[in-house]
Amino acid sequence: MEWVNAIIQGILIGGLYALFAAGLSLIFGVMRLVNIAHGDFIVAAAYLAYVVVAATGLHPLVSLVIIVPLSAVAGYALQAGILNRTIGDDLLPPLLVTFGLSVILQNGMLELFTADSRKLDAGLLDIQNFNLLPGVNIGYMPLLMFVAAIIVIAGLQYIFYRTSLGRAFRAVSDDGEIAQIMGLDNRKIFAAAMALSFGVIAIAGVFLAVRANFDPFVGPSRLIFGFEAVIIGGLGNLWGTLVGGIILGVAQAIGAQIDPGWQLLAGHIAFLLVLAIKPRGLFPRIDG
Amino acid sequence: MSDTILSLTDIEAFYGDAQALHGVSLELAAGETLALIGSNGAGKTTLLKTICGLIERHIGAMLFDGANISGISPNKIPARGIALVPEGRRLFPSLSVEENLLLGGQVDRRGPWNLGAVYELFPVLRERQHQPSTSLSGGQQQMVAIGRALMANPKLLLLDELSLGLAPVIIKDIYALLPRIVAEGMSAILVEQDVTRALGFADRFICLQEGRVALEGEPKAFTREQISQAYFGT
Amino acid sequence: MNTSITRATPESRIMAIVSILLIALLAAAPWWGKTADLRLIGEFMIYLSLACLWNLLAGYAGLISVGQQAYVGFGGYMLFTCAIYLGISPLLAIPVAGVLGALISVPVALLVFRLRGAYFAIGTWVVAEVFRLGFAQISSLGGGSGTSLPIKVMKEMARSKWMREMMVFETALLLGVGTLLVTYLLLRSRIGLGLTAIRDSEVASVSLGVRIERIKLITYVAVAGITSMIGALIFITKLRITPDAAFSVNEWTAFVIFIVVIGGIGTIEGPILGTIIFFLLREYLSDLGSLYLMLLGGMAIIIMIVAPKGIWGYVRERFDLSLFPVGYRVKLDK
Repeated sequence: MEWVNAIIQGILIGGLYALFAAGLSLIFGVMRLVNIAHGDFIVAAAYLAYVVVAATGLHPLVSLVIIVPLSAVAGYALQAGILNRTIGDDLLPPLLVTFGLSVILQNGMLELFTADSRKLDAGLLDIQNFNLLPGVNIGYMPLLMFVAAIIVIAGLQYIFYRTSLGRAFRAVSDDGEIAQIMGLDNRKIFAAAMALSFGVIAIAGVFLAVRANFDPFVGPSRLIFGFEAVIIGGLGNLWGTLVGGIILGVAQAIGAQIDPGWQLLAGHIAFLLVLAIKPRGLFPRIDG
Repeated sequence: MSDTILSLTDIEAFYGDAQALHGVSLELAAGETLALIGSNGAGKTTLLKTICGLIERHIGAMLFDGANISGISPNKIPARGIALVPEGRRLFPSLSVEENLLLGGQVDRRGPWNLGAVYELFPVLRERQHQPSTSLSGGQQQMVAIGRALMANPKLLLLDELSLGLAPVIIKDIYALLPRIVAEGMSAILVEQDVTRALGFADRFICLQEGRVALEGEPKAFTREQISQAYFGT
Repeated sequence: MNTSITRATPESRIMAIVSILLIALLAAAPWWGKTADLRLIGEFMIYLSLACLWNLLAGYAGLISVGQQAYVGFGGYMLFTCAIYLGISPLLAIPVAGVLGALISVPVALLVFRLRGAYFAIGTWVVAEVFRLGFAQISSLGGGSGTSLPIKVMKEMARSKWMREMMVFETALLLGVGTLLVTYLLLRSRIGLGLTAIRDSEVASVSLGVRIERIKLITYVAVAGITSMIGALIFITKLRITPDAAFSVNEWTAFVIFIVVIGGIGTIEGPILGTIIFFLLREYLSDLGSLYLMLLGGMAIIIMIVAPKGIWGYVRERFDLSLFPVGYRVKLDK
């Protein structure tokens, strides 16, 4: 039962990894940009939640009502103000600019919040659980996290394939030049995609803060988890990212079960195995 | 017919350091159809792209419908009433047929063209509306590309290499529909390798050679030899 | 009026003479400098070579790696393994570490080369993490808390402290100048022509028959080997290794990226200029701590947006200078 429990907890954590991955996958899909500071922005959202909760006394999950829009505006501004200037045929500028942002964010958070680790208290949600099988207890918080991941991905999927904004995302990604002469302002579409990505970043940040301790330097490993989930699942496939997150979570859980030192290593090895066997991921998008 | 819709004066355009157009001027009347002919690299596509704002480095005056369009962003072009059917069709592969058409109609200009009208013109597209645009035959894809441009209800339609890569029978069908498309006062510039077909359809023609206007006028006013000389520069 | 094709420029000839004099002066440093001077110059050489190598990858081969710390750390750990368990003298362990680093980089390349562009960057980072976590699991090398180089090992290398410092310093100088020379000669070779073609247009160079994947692989493996040698050298000077220090993304990759971006990516001179600027900034601003790092990041961002070819690229365009010419230029003889 210990193993079954570990695997089920791993699946639930996979939801959080899918949340890390969804925003990353979204902006890569629209503008071929990889935001190296993605994980650091998740941590920044966690700190933002920390500040908002401390100032207002709201429940962390309720604070999402404030944090998601704030984060989305920040994402729009980041894209419109800085990243749009770097987008072009050359991959180097956006990559290095977001790399610089990553260092600035980590050290900025260190200045503001010190290196002490923090956690957000979700009250009863944190401790309550129910018994699924003998020896397998499911906490409400991990379950909620997993459900949130499904809702977020379903939402992104809907926006991408059922709305005119999603149509614009796909058109700009397919052929930016022709999209422009159809009247789309690529820069605004990119900024909208980044705003959406930052909305997801905010949700991921709050769940990160509720689930475990965080400090200014945990961002890069969040980026890596998200990235691994994206590649395992297959580029451009949002539901694939959920499966990728789950595989990563389960691999880490199995690793930890063998030896605590193997938790992260097992996740990375699962990723490298997928890369070796199916370089396009388990569920690559067929078109494009 | 006498109102000028498009007026270009001494257009020069550059790709990097290479100059592709050397002082091209043209006037287009409302409702007029102009064939733009010339050999490969003569600057035909460049001229269309310049009109659409896609060539950043250009000089010369461009007036459309009485207003300056030189230097405006390409995404403002469809709202002014110019639509392009690009060379090679360039449909959006991850969009369905209908989504491709809707994207063309994004600018929301009033006019006769909407989804229903496009489907009436090309009934086969209605049957395929939910299919990915990549699953269509070349001719059907060209219909989507034309429909997508029409959805913007343009005053000026730019058609780049309609017949490229299509079977002769399909080219014939599409050309048979062109008069319906450019009806109701729409102007058109037609770039075409197939000179005979282009001249047969257009009111007037311009022959470009190495980025300059080599010959222009009504097709009937010139002999084949004169046109061919302008075309090849012999 | 005749034309002739030449590589040299008047500045480049002066520069060659100045360089030789400067290297001779530096080589004599153990006889005129204090321990602190030697350390500073040694560290300068280490960052100079890391910067040259990263520039070769990112600026020429289009391989943007944020995981070069994998090879720095690997080289460091190989040094410790050689010195502690195989009884190889530390200085001799450096080339051994280099060969092993090049060997291990081949399977790594086969994996990460499946990722394109920006995802390649994060893939290399994952590999570095795997190395870090892997070495943390090896208890004979101290596991997560690391290990020190036994005093005996250093004593065996040379008897006097001055002698040891001199040997380590001359090795650092050799590696620093050597890396610079190797990248310079590589860029002037056939491979360099291929790399320049890739940098200018990957599509065009494919059509011209440049075997891109092969050239990229060779470059990646060569850079990994030299980086491992630098890694071994770094941990001879530090005498102590931990997984976190050995595989630090900040120390061995972030700083290096900032150096190259600020100096001028895709130029030979850029990394040199960048390293000088980096050390000057560090001299005066490192007391600011995390603000200093934010400042470096900010500088890199601004340069990337305003002058993507860095300070050297800007200078070169303004004044048509080329101190270490790799290209050819047409000269008009009157």
